[in-house]
Amino acid sequence: MHLALVGTPNSGKTSLFNALTGSRQKVANYPGVTVERKEGSFVTPKGRQVSLVDLPGTYSLRGRSPDEEITRDIVLGKAKGEPLPDLVLCVADSTNLRLTIRLLLELKSTGRPLVLVLNMFDIATRRGITVDVPGLSKALGVPVVTSIAVRKGGTGELLRLTDEIAAEAAPCEHKSLWQPLTASELRAVQREADRIIAANVSLPARPDTWTSRIDAVVLHPAGGLAILFLILFVMFQAVFAWAQPLMEALSSAFDAAGQLVHDTLPAGLLQSFLQNGVISGVGSVVVFLPQIIIIFLFILLLEDFGYMARAAFLMDRIMGGAGLHGRAFIPLLSSFACAIPGIMATRVIDNRRDRLTTILIAPLMTCSARIPVYTLIISAFIPAIQIWGWINLRGLVMFGLYAAGIVSALAVSFLVKFFMWRDYAPAPFMLELPDYKMPRIRSIAIGIYTRAKMFLQRAGTTIFSMMVLIWFLASFPQPPVGAEGPAINYSLAAMIGKAIAPLLAPVGFNWQIAVALIPGMAAREVAIAALGTVYAIEGGKEAASQIGQVLADKWSLATALSLLVWYIFAPQCASTLAVIRRETGSWTWMAITFAYMLALAYVASFATYNIAAALIPPL
Amino acid sequence: MTESVDISPQLPLGLAERGFSGTIRRLAAGQADSALPDEELESRLIELGFVEGARVAVLHEGIVGRDPIAVRVDNVTIAIRRREAMAIIVD
Repeated sequence: MHLALVGTPNSGKTSLFNALTGSRQKVANYPGVTVERKEGSFVTPKGRQVSLVDLPGTYSLRGRSPDEEITRDIVLGKAKGEPLPDLVLCVADSTNLRLTIRLLLELKSTGRPLVLVLNMFDIATRRGITVDVPGLSKALGVPVVTSIAVRKGGTGELLRLTDEIAAEAAPCEHKSLWQPLTASELRAVQREADRIIAANVSLPARPDTWTSRIDAVVLHPAGGLAILFLILFVMFQAVFAWAQPLMEALSSAFDAAGQLVHDTLPAGLLQSFLQNGVISGVGSVVVFLPQIIIIFLFILLLEDFGYMARAAFLMDRIMGGAGLHGRAFIPLLSSFACAIPGIMATRVIDNRRDRLTTILIAPLMTCSARIPVYTLIISAFIPAIQIWGWINLRGLVMFGLYAAGIVSALAVSFLVKFFMWRDYAPAPFMLELPDYKMPRIRSIAIGIYTRAKMFLQRAGTTIFSMMVLIWFLASFPQPPVGAEGPAINYSLAAMIGKAIAPLLAPVGFNWQIAVALIPGMAAREVAIAALGTVYAIEGGKEAASQIGQVLADKWSLATALSLLVWYIFAPQCASTLAVIRRETGSWTWMAITFAYMLALAYVASFATYNIAAALIPPL
Repeated sequence: MTESVDISPQLPLGLAERGFSGTIRRLAAGQADSALPDEELESRLIELGFVEGARVAVLHEGIVGRDPIAVRVDNVTIAIRRREAMAIIVD
């Protein structure tokens, strides 16, 4: 049996999906388009196997964006390779029925069997909203059930009803009579919905007092912005401070594993491969798992709480000044985790130009893959001192790098708008600000689990294979017998690095950095692992465990700063470029992104290196 | 102006100040200088609950140019720019 979840944004659709399917979820893409397809399965009390798809949130079936088109096509059975759902679950936030009931009336014309799920029913009851469920069901002509997705057993009634509907098994073939509604038809449907609500739902005249109290502070014209920046500041300090003990533990575990291999295996290629290639390479990336978990913890908490839409509200005009849409805030904020989901999230922006601008600058947001690079260089070169007693200097530099990314992104967007799209009026910003809700540990945990799994899978596949390649390049050909100096000087890696090093010399990079930047194209954090491998093979075991120390000895501060700046701008991620190509459907936009970022990186690093070299006396 | 001698004059929501509350009289998409075509703007406003007779209140304003505004529409809060809110005629 196939079920589909349909609902407006903020209807609690995803928490219902999580409650029904738990961790039995598969996330993929619909064929041909890059809309996320979430499918899960569950078993009803009577033992019926049910598959459930969570369709993108929408206010109507008009299909204004690729996401909304998917929802419409699946409900109408027009989506290629997707089964026509046997039952459509229309999910409503019980505290806010108007918009969903209108959507439900529109869904009825599709002829699909429907159930209205009044989700978050506990919150509605607590606010004194009473619903005549049988009456509502009669007026709408569809079964209505209540549910509390976040409570154990809160979906029991829905499961029982699913069994009942499945048992009836009367596949009456209704023809779809749906067609796009005009504004006046839409208005008539909304009137009908309001009439049905008035007859069956009693709304007390008290809005959510908590939401208005919090909003009074959080949306305060000046205070709100200060709070937003404070949240971001705390977030980045936390990424640095909280993760430290865990990262040290992980790092020493990998060192111990490397040591074990070193002690048990005879010296030779296999020992070098396992210790320097596999363990130190993969280990140096996996170490960053705690930081990625903390970043996502913050993003998911803020999203579940309902703050993200407020952030968009606060940032709309400020971003508008740079030619960006308020809705771009969430894709850009997601880009702090990774530009790939961020660029995919730009689909919520329905104007093509707004969307292209956002895609163009999303890679400038400091993604989590840069964190390893930043952390390593900062801890090697920046002293851990406190300023004014409470600000950690390393945290401050980190904050500065993030800020530099943001400021340059806004500047690029401004220039794009100024030079390319001067004649163009901004697209509207209209967004629901949902009531605040206590974030639920379970759904946050599921979210973090999926992201952590993705990160580790990447570490296990892409990054692992790049590490093997780097190790190979750094180990072959072997130095001739009786050769002087470190073995890596005779390798392929050294040849490649030395070949491109002259190009990078003006920005202060040596050939080891040049070597590391190449695999860094596969994934930014690989550059660190590559540096680890390059210097490990050059300097032996001690170097591998203390890569930061080695860098501090071998690089000047100017080189280190230049590399940090390089990483703010450089288009060092092949997967991001691939996603840009896919999302914009053009090689041109990908090439433009690559070229402008590379130019920016080169110029900025050149300036940083030369200014730093002039200001800081050589030791 | 001669007809509108009633005590509550009509104005576009886009000009309302924080603290304003009233009722939607009509939608006039043509009066908003929006990037969207009139029909599309009207549809979107209706989809977010801006229909004739709905109670609205301006709860919050943004910092720059007091824009956008957060509007309570019955029991939903919607963020909207003043430019588009010009299409919503209230009294």
